[in-house]
Amino acid sequence: MSANMMKLQFSSRSENESFARVAVAAFVSQLDPTVNELTDIKTVVSEAVTNAIIHGYDNKEDGVVTITCVIEDETVRLTIEDSGMGIENLDEARQPLFTSKPELERSGMGFTIMENFMDHIEIDTQVGKGTVVTMTKRIESKKCAV
Amino acid sequence: MSLQIEIEQGRNALIVRLSGELDHHTAEVVKVRMEEAIGKGNASHVIMSLENLDFMDSSGLGVILGRYKLVTAKGGKMIVCGVKPPVHRLFEMSGLYKILALEENERQAVSSLEVVS
Repeated sequence: MSANMMKLQFSSRSENESFARVAVAAFVSQLDPTVNELTDIKTVVSEAVTNAIIHGYDNKEDGVVTITCVIEDETVRLTIEDSGMGIENLDEARQPLFTSKPELERSGMGFTIMENFMDHIEIDTQVGKGTVVTMTKRIESKKCAV
Repeated sequence: MSLQIEIEQGRNALIVRLSGELDHHTAEVVKVRMEEAIGKGNASHVIMSLENLDFMDSSGLGVILGRYKLVTAKGGKMIVCGVKPPVHRLFEMSGLYKILALEENERQAVSSLEVVS
């Protein structure tokens, strides 16, 4: 089976977070995921998009967030990309409970959740240029051979 | 698909019922409404009733932690109840149950406070 993909671009506005979750979940649904698997995907999309909006674009609404989702066999590859300010200290950012914005009541659990809910995560960031988060997860297909 | 908030001033606890989806976008209104209710009420405890909360991410954890600090600073207790599986997983992973009491439903949450006080 060849790869299937979709690409989504939207403004860095917080009301688009739920749109992004639902759109990705709808696309991934063709793999017939379990409810838990779908919740995992929705949660990591929410985390990565929220990071792009709050940290990448510092809550400015004129940025663009790009999501690419590729389905290849039973694996979902999600890429969430912003052209914002990038992450200065990635090791620090990945620590559980670390947040660069404590005044905004961030829990500091975003990357920890992404690492836990997906099989693999890769973060490519450049200060002043932006951040690309790539995550993969294998969907244990419920389909049975007929 | 957004979030509904219902706040009830109980006898010794503020009951906050959330339904829908709690994320970065909807967290701000939860913060404002709860702060307002905690400020003007005389209840020292808060019960977060989440049986209709279908989705939550780390922004939701942040807003709950923020209110937790406020409530405990005043000597109150915070209880979560009616937690659905997706929200439960997030609470577990983040270690929130180490500081928040969990009850099955609102009735049990209310009576657990009566035993304490």
